Amino acid sequence: MTNLTAQTRHHLVTARVENKAGVLLRVAGLFSRRGYNIISLAVAPTDDPAFSRISIVVDVESNLLQQVIDQLDKLINVVAITELDPEEATQAELLLATLARSVEHDADLGVLIQSAGASIVEMTDQATTIQLVAEPTVLDDFEEKLRSYGISELQRTGAVALPRLVQL
Amino acid sequence: MKLTGAQALIKSLEREGVEVLFGLPGGAILPVYDPIIDSSIRHILVRHEQGAGHAAEGYAQVTGRPGVAMVTSGPGATNIVTALADAYMDSVPIVVITGQVATTSIGTDAFQEVDTTGITASVTKHNWLITDANDISRIVAEAFHVATTGRPGPVLIDFPKDVANATIDYEEPGELELPGYRVASAPDERSVAAAVELIAAAERPVLYVGGGVIKADAAKELAHFVGLTGIPVTTTLMARGAYPDAEALHLGMPGMHGAFAAVTAIQRCDLLISFGARFDDRVTGRVEDFAKGAKVIHVDIDRAEIGKVRRPEVGIVADCRLAISALNEQIAKNSAAQSRDRIATWVERCLDWKQRFPFTYEGAGTAAPGDIGRIKPQFVVEELRRLTPPETILVAGVGQHQMWAAQHWGFVDPRSWVNSGGLGTMGFAVPAAIGAKVGCPSKMVWAVDGDGCFQMTAQELVTASSERIPVKIAILNNAYLGMVRQWQHMFYEQRYSEVYLSPDLPDYVKWAEAMGCVGLRVTDPKDVAAAIEQANAVNDRPVVVDFRTDSMEHVFPMVPAGASNDEILVHPSQADQPR
Ligand SMILES: Cc1ncc(C[n+]2csc(CCOP(=O)(O)OP(=O)(O)O)c2C)c(N)n1
Ligand SMILES: [Mg+2]
Repeated sequence: MTNLTAQTRHHLVTARVENKAGVLLRVAGLFSRRGYNIISLAVAPTDDPAFSRISIVVDVESNLLQQVIDQLDKLINVVAITELDPEEATQAELLLATLARSVEHDADLGVLIQSAGASIVEMTDQATTIQLVAEPTVLDDFEEKLRSYGISELQRTGAVALPRLVQL
Repeated sequence: MKLTGAQALIKSLEREGVEVLFGLPGGAILPVYDPIIDSSIRHILVRHEQGAGHAAEGYAQVTGRPGVAMVTSGPGATNIVTALADAYMDSVPIVVITGQVATTSIGTDAFQEVDTTGITASVTKHNWLITDANDISRIVAEAFHVATTGRPGPVLIDFPKDVANATIDYEEPGELELPGYRVASAPDERSVAAAVELIAAAERPVLYVGGGVIKADAAKELAHFVGLTGIPVTTTLMARGAYPDAEALHLGMPGMHGAFAAVTAIQRCDLLISFGARFDDRVTGRVEDFAKGAKVIHVDIDRAEIGKVRRPEVGIVADCRLAISALNEQIAKNSAAQSRDRIATWVERCLDWKQRFPFTYEGAGTAAPGDIGRIKPQFVVEELRRLTPPETILVAGVGQHQMWAAQHWGFVDPRSWVNSGGLGTMGFAVPAAIGAKVGCPSKMVWAVDGDGCFQMTAQELVTASSERIPVKIAILNNAYLGMVRQWQHMFYEQRYSEVYLSPDLPDYVKWAEAMGCVGLRVTDPKDVAAAIEQANAVNDRPVVVDFRTDSMEHVFPMVPAGASNDEILVHPSQADQPR
């Protein structure tokens, strides 16, 4: 479970970058060289093929965040940066998990999947692969609950985010 | 116009006004070396690619124009990484072109293939791998633009062999494609007003001037600022020459080996005004204790420097020249900001520190320095200054000799001091001096080098001899890796581990002669001046003077690494002075 102090260190930064070779290396290299901790990183094309969007969840003290953004902004291929306060952002992440059991013989598991809003992607006699798209903290909880059913493989994509339309 | 990629590259460099290339050819860059024969650009053949990089830096630092180096792929590229890192740390605009294996071979571990853009990504402001010869003119234009604007820095263009051999319809570069590159220029008016308010209220203000002032060509504006306000000045290792040393209000260089007055004034000020400096650890000492009671005004063209180390009360992201001009304009209309009364007691105190704690050494200022029998390294620097024209360019290596050069040379002008500050690269001096002399052929160029440093890049004197670049090298030969020895003396109980070099192995005079230089040796303090004059008279080849200096000499003052600046150690002869 993520505790409170850890949460206040998590910041969402999205960068619109030129879709050019080596951009990911520059961004990742900057984080590693300056000792900024990355929780997750997701890269994907945007509506304009010349640009990509990199969504980073970074683990730094709040007073360091501006420095992270300023350094990132200096990269020539980084066109624009948005920092989203987790409170003011719609965040989503995809979780895929394979459990070493069939959901057919396990009513509890079926209830868990249904109540979490997850869905079954594939199923055999011995295994079930399920997916859930939700806020990262919801996925944390879900992952914790899945653990008792025996996770054989698990993948998460890292969060992507957009500003909320209506502020809380 | 049909051109090969190689011809297009050379044409693009000519278009940027490049006059000189420092380089060394090899397989991957071979096609580009052919059109050099027909070009107006002078090529200077170095003996090691690191030398090409430092020469480009020396050229850039004295001229303010970008220095250019060209090397081959693989080992040629890796050999120049040190110079790129050096230029990155000191914000020196250089453009490095590296050959690369053909695009069709990239990723196959081809002969002399390395991931040059990957290796150099963290030590360049930006780099480019050209994969289409039609992009050459645009990318060259972008590279020079990025290197020279904003906070200057090194850039690299990786140039594959098949791109060089392609035939294209050459076109002048159109619009630059740099959607993510923005350069700060003019200061924000409200920040300027806030800064002036702080200045108008300060009782103990001091200026902390960094290399940004030299890069922005803001020395005149700085002098005007000091004239208006009467605020005492300190200039960092990178800013020596930004304000004349002879000026009464100049307290000297701050930092680990800075002047007591400069270090102490910063510690005790109530307003620290930083122009183009980056609060480097060699200046701040232990950060928590740095200028503890002070409010800070920080002017820098790089937004990321503002608040990186110390959060300022007022941050101004702007070119130093524009920012200082804007401040001057406001101060001129504000009598409180110009008032000398409020700061009079403070200024007096600063000048008292300056007067009581000058840089000193045993036998300093005596008419007969020969009386102590050994050549004091500081004395050599002072004699060099006394016997050379005021506009002489001084270059330094890294170590004790560098600090003595920075301390004892009376700087007059900006761009007259070339050294490796941030990276502290031994071996910088000889090639950087060559670049400086190529950039300013009418000025005398002296390098003060260490015996250790000299041995790292001395072979570039072969370059200097064959290209008739008459630089002058003063080796302060203390037979030791002196700076390391000093730390072992002070912090490792005088256990000298692997720092002895020997005064006469190698024989520097013979080595100099073998490289086509005049070689001189001085062992007696009485002969120092004559040797300098003899060296000054040589104009057709480089000169190397082997000054046998006192091995035991230490650099003072000194703030031990990681200590607070309040713990500054002064020269033993000043230890009893009240602070
Ligand atoms: C390339 C490199 N290697 C090692 C060092 C560490 N270092 C700093 S100063 C110094 C000694 C330099 O010796 P020398 O050139 O004789 O100068 P001195 O201090 O004796 O004046 C060394 C080894 C360095 N700065 N650069
Ligand atoms: Mg030495």
